[in-house]
Amino acid sequence: MIAFVLRRIATGVVLLFVVTTLTFFTIQLADIPVARNILGSSATPEQVAALNAQLGLDRSALEQYWSWITAAVRGDFGVSYFTNEPVAAALENRLPVTLSIVLLALIFTVVFSLLLGVTAASRAGGTVDRVLQAVSTVSYVFPPIILGILLVLVFSITLHLVPATGYVPIGTSFIGWFGSVLLPAVTLMFASIASVAGQIRGSMIDELRRDYVRTLRSRGVPEGTILLKYTLRNAASPALTTLSLQFIGMIGGALFIERIFALSGFGTYSFNSAVQGDLPAILGVVTFSVILVVIMNLLVDLVNGWLNPKARIQ
Amino acid sequence: MSVLIPDSVENIRRPNVFRRLLGNPMAVGSMVLIAAVIVLGLLAPVLSPHSPNFSSLDAVNAPVGTPGYLLGGDSSGRDIFARLLASVNTAMLSAITGVAVALLIGIPFGLISGYAKPRTDSVFSWVFNLLMTFPALVLLIVAFPITGGSYVVMMAIFGFLFSPSIFRLVRNLVVAVKRELYIDAARVSGLSTARILRRHILPAVRGPIVITASFLAGVAIAVQAGLAFLGLGTNDVPSFGSMTADAFANLYVYPIQFLWPTIMLAILSGGFVLIGNGLRDALEDSSLAPTKALRPSNPEARHATARAPHGPAQTSEGPSPLLRIRNLRVSYPTTGGQMKQVVNGISLDLNAGGVLGLIGESGSGKTQTAFAVLGLLTQEARVEADEFTLDGHDLLSGDAGDLKRLRTSLLAYVPQEPMSNLAPSFTVGAQLVEGIRATKGGTKREARQLALDLLRRVGIVDPARTYRSYPHEISGGMAQRVLIAGAIAAGPRLLIADEPTTALDVTVQAEILDLLRNLQTDLSMSVLLVTHNFGVVADLCDEVAVMRSGEIVEAGSYRNLYRHAEHVYTKQLIGAILDEDTYRTDPVATSAYPDHSEGSVGR
Repeated sequence: MIAFVLRRIATGVVLLFVVTTLTFFTIQLADIPVARNILGSSATPEQVAALNAQLGLDRSALEQYWSWITAAVRGDFGVSYFTNEPVAAALENRLPVTLSIVLLALIFTVVFSLLLGVTAASRAGGTVDRVLQAVSTVSYVFPPIILGILLVLVFSITLHLVPATGYVPIGTSFIGWFGSVLLPAVTLMFASIASVAGQIRGSMIDELRRDYVRTLRSRGVPEGTILLKYTLRNAASPALTTLSLQFIGMIGGALFIERIFALSGFGTYSFNSAVQGDLPAILGVVTFSVILVVIMNLLVDLVNGWLNPKARIQ
Repeated sequence: MSVLIPDSVENIRRPNVFRRLLGNPMAVGSMVLIAAVIVLGLLAPVLSPHSPNFSSLDAVNAPVGTPGYLLGGDSSGRDIFARLLASVNTAMLSAITGVAVALLIGIPFGLISGYAKPRTDSVFSWVFNLLMTFPALVLLIVAFPITGGSYVVMMAIFGFLFSPSIFRLVRNLVVAVKRELYIDAARVSGLSTARILRRHILPAVRGPIVITASFLAGVAIAVQAGLAFLGLGTNDVPSFGSMTADAFANLYVYPIQFLWPTIMLAILSGGFVLIGNGLRDALEDSSLAPTKALRPSNPEARHATARAPHGPAQTSEGPSPLLRIRNLRVSYPTTGGQMKQVVNGISLDLNAGGVLGLIGESGSGKTQTAFAVLGLLTQEARVEADEFTLDGHDLLSGDAGDLKRLRTSLLAYVPQEPMSNLAPSFTVGAQLVEGIRATKGGTKREARQLALDLLRRVGIVDPARTYRSYPHEISGGMAQRVLIAGAIAAGPRLLIADEPTTALDVTVQAEILDLLRNLQTDLSMSVLLVTHNFGVVADLCDEVAVMRSGEIVEAGSYRNLYRHAEHVYTKQLIGAILDEDTYRTDPVATSAYPDHSEGSVGR
């Protein structure tokens, strides 16, 4: 068990290393004139050279990479070229916003996917099945940015149910927090429900055709027990894999959605750093995102192992 | 009885896929709309009077229908109609770039990985699995500096980041196709690997690739719109994303401006996904349609009815039997809307304590008959009979819950495949307890005790250990004993065993038959034994009914039938008993009835 967790964490470290290294050298390729951008066009070449030296940009790419990665291992993600704000602190301040949206969307996705997927599978072609199809179609037809704006139009501008913009920390007011992240989370949820609930529905239908279901039925085991206890357990595995992929998508999706709701999470930060070529900030965003992905994958693996005794033993 | 596995590779070439796709209104609508929008985009220079970036102070936020500004002007005084058409081209080029790059990376590596040696495969699979866990959208945003603002470069990166979906699809399909025999044949006949890949494997994986590419096109358009919405990209290329961003800034004042990019995005991004869905449904449908079950019944089978015998199993009129069946029909709806009958009016009686063998080859309807008694047929099955009673209760009418209780208290079911009939994720004990508490109630502890007693009763040496085991930790023979224990838990009066020994080793078969015989005597149960093996019948049964093509062709006591079988099919079945005294000199059974081995409904 511990060996399993350690192995998964090792894979996570590899992923982190590969992604940050790739990012570092790809951005280096772009050769962004950072010092010139900061100082403006009126700066003399001497001033530019001085700033480059100060930022360490006069060193070779490999040297810069080495100093970044050795610092990052110690938890030091450097300082933004443009704002002089430590990257780790900036991201920690913004993490609650992005995490609120993504986790709420994740919870919604799990709850609604289970409800819709299981019910749709047990009565294929029934009302719930059609509701699921409608939800999926909506998510196909309206890309997240459009869906987000539509939700703002309906629920904020027209019905005044929730504020259109702004974030309320959960410590300040739970209701306020919930209202401020509800629409972004719902926007993110739609696309994920389409695939997770669809996956649950499909594998539940397959599972209900299995021989052991018939045997349990022959012994008088109630249909609800068969559905929720037996088939769902086996159908959950592929759905969990889909869910973890959806989670990766949600982290990225949140960056887009935040713009619509004027939330200052990872989204604006990564956008600004990308446009300016602020390498420490970019690497910080990438590192934090990959860490979230690794944690999620580890959780999914653990739940899978708990669900499936064969996986647990191996 | 074969479970029908749709051959997903073969049916891609079936011509009716396209026809089915045309029957899907969502997909057809999407195709028509997308085609229309693409044409509009291509005709943009002819249709729009202004260049998409031309701005005029007079046209700032001009209303819809302003002369020269069909859809009005935006906040910079640009022609919304012109920008909309130009954006179509941006979106299409984005989709083409993204999908093309994903295909160019995914297909070759997928083909190689699926076809190559395991080591190459595992390296490639590892790399692409890793790529799949990249937070693609985050990377697309932060990679902006290297794109120089070009959306084509951005979409090329998109294609790279999304290539694992194509890779995995192709690889898995190739691995599946590689196991097909015709690929072996091609290799044996000396075709080169490249030629096999091109001639045999690529056509087989084409359909699923088209579907995934269609999904990917929809995603690409949505992602490009999202990137442009954030402002990542040059300003001089109009796109739905930048139009949406402009309209969003104006949302409180001129919400109508938001409508146009929304409609276009819905058509393009949603349309591709809906086409992909339609294609997938079309492929899945066509794989389900021409199943074995739906073949027309053989006219010869009808003919045999006339010779339906008058064996005692059918006509005994004494005290009311435990199970009484008169003219039982089981049928299934076909895709054509008709009903296909798989059990064609059989009649039999089974007295308390009697042992009846129902014998016939695969597809003869014997399992369908058994399942009809057990109430385990799938929902779409239609069961009709003149009389169908269990212990005097009508099985065709009455409350569904009552019938279920009646069946679970009187009937027991022992399946054919022991392993697949145990739920893989639960211990043997947990599954036994589940059944016991469903029928008998009681506490968990009582149920556990009963389960342990039952396991001992069916000859398991260490019941406590088996109780704790998961199905994959016990042998097939032991699994069958566990299933028998579960079946007899409720003290049934009729045990229905469906080929209980077919899946087992020969030595284990004898033990299981012994166990069934002992239980039958000790518990004075009736047994309905479904089998294709006359040897098994000889071992256990007093009475035999021979089924073929959904009908009973001959029935009687085992002794009588063995010595004086009238029907040629019965003789063949008897001739097929293998033991040291008998040599098989008769023609192979199927040669006389070339058409009969199929006709089973996938269970």
